Amino acid sequence: MLDAKIPAGELNNKWTDYKGHCKLVNPANKRKLEVIVVGTGLAGASAAATLGELGYKVKTFCFQDSPRRAHSIAAQGGINAAKNYQNDGDSVFRLFYDTIKGGDYRAREGNVHRLSEVSGAIIDQCVAQGVPFAREYGGLLSNRSFGGTQVQRTFYAAGQTGQQLLIGAYQALERQISLGNVTQYSRHEMLDVVVIDGKTRGIIAKDLVTGKLERHFGHAVLLCTGGYGNVFYLSTNAMASNATAIWKAHRKGAFMGNPCFTQIHPTCIPVSGDHQSKLTLMSESLRNDGRIWVPKAKNDTRKAIDIPEEERDYYLERRYPAFGNLVPRDVASRAAKERCDEGYGVGSSKQAVYLDFSAAIVRYGKIEVSKQGLENITEDQIIVLGKEVVKEKYGNLFDMYEKITGENPYELPMRIYPAVHYTMGGLWVDYELMTTVPGLYALGEANFSDHGANRLGASALMQGLADGYFVIPYTIGNFLADEIYNKPITVDHPAFVEAEKTVSDRLNTLMNVKGKQSVESLHKRLGKIMWEKCGMARNAEGLKQAIVEIQQLKKEFWSDVKIPGEINEFNPELDKAGRVADFIELGELMCIDALNREESCGGHFREEHQTEEGEALRHDDKFMYVSTWESKGEHEWELHKEELKYDVIKPSQRNYK
Amino acid sequence: MTWKEVFTSSVGKKLVMSFTGIFLILFLVVHVGLNACIWANDGGTMFNAGAHFMGNNVVPRILEIGLFVGLLLHIIQGIMLELSNRSKRNVKYAIDYGNQGSKWYSRSMGLLGTLILIFLVIHLADFWIPNRAHQGFLLGEEINLYEKMKLEFSELWVVIVYTLGCLSLGYHLAHGFQSAFRTIGVHNKRYNLMLTSLGYGFSVVVTFAFIMMPWSFFLHIIQ
Amino acid sequence: MEHYNMNLTLKVWRQKNKEDKGGFQTFQVKDISSEMSFLEMLDILNEQLINEGKDAIAFDHDCREGICGTCSLYINGKPHGEWKGNTTCQLHMRAFKDGETITIEPWRANAFPVIKDLVVDRSSFDRIIQAGGYVSVNTGNAMDGNCLPIDKNRADDSFAAAMCIGCGACVAACKNSSAMLFVSAKVSHLALLPQGEPEKRSRVMNMIAQMDKEGFGACTNTGACEATCPKEISLSNISRLNKEYLFASLTADK
Repeated sequence: MLDAKIPAGELNNKWTDYKGHCKLVNPANKRKLEVIVVGTGLAGASAAATLGELGYKVKTFCFQDSPRRAHSIAAQGGINAAKNYQNDGDSVFRLFYDTIKGGDYRAREGNVHRLSEVSGAIIDQCVAQGVPFAREYGGLLSNRSFGGTQVQRTFYAAGQTGQQLLIGAYQALERQISLGNVTQYSRHEMLDVVVIDGKTRGIIAKDLVTGKLERHFGHAVLLCTGGYGNVFYLSTNAMASNATAIWKAHRKGAFMGNPCFTQIHPTCIPVSGDHQSKLTLMSESLRNDGRIWVPKAKNDTRKAIDIPEEERDYYLERRYPAFGNLVPRDVASRAAKERCDEGYGVGSSKQAVYLDFSAAIVRYGKIEVSKQGLENITEDQIIVLGKEVVKEKYGNLFDMYEKITGENPYELPMRIYPAVHYTMGGLWVDYELMTTVPGLYALGEANFSDHGANRLGASALMQGLADGYFVIPYTIGNFLADEIYNKPITVDHPAFVEAEKTVSDRLNTLMNVKGKQSVESLHKRLGKIMWEKCGMARNAEGLKQAIVEIQQLKKEFWSDVKIPGEINEFNPELDKAGRVADFIELGELMCIDALNREESCGGHFREEHQTEEGEALRHDDKFMYVSTWESKGEHEWELHKEELKYDVIKPSQRNYK
Repeated sequence: MTWKEVFTSSVGKKLVMSFTGIFLILFLVVHVGLNACIWANDGGTMFNAGAHFMGNNVVPRILEIGLFVGLLLHIIQGIMLELSNRSKRNVKYAIDYGNQGSKWYSRSMGLLGTLILIFLVIHLADFWIPNRAHQGFLLGEEINLYEKMKLEFSELWVVIVYTLGCLSLGYHLAHGFQSAFRTIGVHNKRYNLMLTSLGYGFSVVVTFAFIMMPWSFFLHIIQ
Repeated sequence: MEHYNMNLTLKVWRQKNKEDKGGFQTFQVKDISSEMSFLEMLDILNEQLINEGKDAIAFDHDCREGICGTCSLYINGKPHGEWKGNTTCQLHMRAFKDGETITIEPWRANAFPVIKDLVVDRSSFDRIIQAGGYVSVNTGNAMDGNCLPIDKNRADDSFAAAMCIGCGACVAACKNSSAMLFVSAKVSHLALLPQGEPEKRSRVMNMIAQMDKEGFGACTNTGACEATCPKEISLSNISRLNKEYLFASLTADK
């Protein structure tokens, strides 16, 4: 049995008790302890900055040209916090409850409650750093609603919240660099973890500019490398977002938790053709004001504006009157897929639904009329006023939509379709965020811990920053306190030499395949298998097929991949090849996990397990556990189960009606 | 931060350009105002009276030294800035960004400044140097500058050189005027708009007035 | 929106590494859909090159949704291509016509040395931020977020400056290779907020000193940076920086 090391005692006091009793490292000793942070997104940058402030010697690594480019930057909508500034009934418990329920009862109570407890401090910290959150005229912070909740607890900075938070963390990180507490390695990719005597002792990193391999020692290693949505090839992740760091850690003994839990985001711009390289998200905040609909008639080819009101099916409002367009992401995505599968889809591909702002434009227009005290106003003037309000709220998102599609969303409804967005699964970690390898931690999206089977909107930013600013600074001390007796290990140690050799051999093998197929084309094929058989809906037969196909693809990859250029130079194709090779292995494990979990929960929808109304049907009696996989060989994994205990919340069928 | 650090930094160098630029703009106001006396068309009586005050009174003559110091600072700093800025991109673009993003004259301040400098040398050689030499570089007797203008501007090529020189000055001002105020930190939209408009107005009016002077003589509009 | 396909001639800067002299190479691409993004067109060219056994063209890109600031490219004489307020990754092929020749160059500035082909080293921007582009507040020091009301207009202006994605297009567009728009966006972002107030004098002086050290030019207010900025950061931020700098130098002790 895995021990999650959740502190005993009442849920409300667990974190306080933990902080009161965990071991501390004195300032003089902190200076002697080295910590490696891989990845510089919200989790990585905030952790590195905070550990630097505490006095540890920190090294950060990112494959991008600057820490500020990590994909956290693309998060649009906002960040949740149980501040209850709106006086609308929010509380730490309510955020905790919403997150557990939103995650379809597959997350740990202890972790989620801690997340909820520290959420308020994150906002305070970010404001103090100069993050320009949206404000009301009175000068106080503004909030908006997000899916799966009935309170307004989301803090935001227009449609660029992730950018602003990341820049806040990045600035804190750069400050520590200037103070000499942190050393930054940009355009460096971690390619292996070094484990000595059962503890993580460093990493092998590749300088992407020169192709040179480097050895770095650390008393602890933090993986903050984000999610692996790019297994699907098309996703809203950045092009180079990858699973390599967590996968290497997995192969070195860290267990993977719930790898099949993938979030498909309901509002993305639909695929336009085979050339498509990535998908673009339209923030969930749009569902505050946009209404989702399809025509009531199948294969209706009329233009959206020619379809009269009574012939439109606002299917989310119809099916879920209580939450309407603001149901959680998994529910909204499945509902869109259901309509399109039934033949009600719109656009040339028929794989899209409408997200319509016309009602909101009129509503805001009328509010403006009364605000400004205008008289004798025509319909058209109301619409002009309304469009201005909508522009202020969502202008940048509307512009982005128009750039990509060439259509004006102020005039025509947006066409949207679900796309892979986030992976709830990741490295298994205990309450201290430590993986099954001592000294190796995983933070943010890279771990599996807080979102269960489905993440609520605006919670990813919250978790990344909670882990980095407020959790790891305490929990890492509990491990490092015992490390003060261990002097830094020289990187000439045989374990470093061997790890470097493994990495270098693999790179040479890749370069020497000299086959016929490009990395990109093989990645596309993996994505197709994953999307069709391990995507929004899964079934046993498809998953079994997928496993066979992926194993076949792996063989093809290693015998027929074609990589141009040299090994000792800046070679993005070689870097991509390494990442895709890892995606292929991870894809196989995702299918195995999805096949094992014979129930539907959150983002994991097994067609064999649904209610009569087509909702996800959980089997709490059999699957109330975290599937945790140990790597046992090339195609072999052993399943370990971490039982989930609910002391405070009673799991029930999720109801958003 | 020491003064040296301030004035050797990129922003500090710009501050020098800006302060001296504004000072020179003020000089232009005086210069154009005084010269406009030629249009009194009184055979140069009023103009020569003004010129006499400027050349024969100790106060403007001391200010004149300040003018040359400001001018030299503006020229030297300008040349150094231009050379330094040009050295920041060793490999040039194959296709220039050109006028898509900025006005040609805003990118050509170095060139315009050089043209103005050349013109200035000619201009000083025409009027200021003979006059001061005649004065023994002290407060001696002056030459009749009005008659001198009449003589100089009877030649078409001189009039054309002056026209081109003044046009260079006009474009230099069209950018320089508002840029100087941006450099000293005017960032409010309303004042920037005001100063930009004022700058364009100033450059057009001053340039036009200066250009009309030689032409007025050449075309015998004034006697 | 009418879709169409096009054939294009691409003149691309190729340079093996920092030391290499580099030069243009010309390529043909066929049947490019107007729906593609510019980078997807380059992906197709790279597939073509790999299939022909040639080295792929290196170019920086990551999020492909116009926010990470990784993509660069100087396209037909304009950073990020022809569209206003746009990044290269969001530029779509409907901006081009069949038969057109497109010239693609890397950002050019001594402070941004070329790493390979179209990829440049922008680490100088990180060092400028390290010089003072932050608020010195350790984790855990913060008071409640609503303790300090901030005038909405001021907060909005600060946000408008903070939108800078650090792509370097301003430097690429500037005839002086000046980084002033980038630096001023950070100075303005923080100077406009009460949180950034205590350090605003030292911040502006240190960041400018670092900018000069990195080899960027001086600003001559031409406005080319503002015109090319994908986030349309206003030139008035530069004036605000100048004001801060002037005040800082006038009130300095030494």
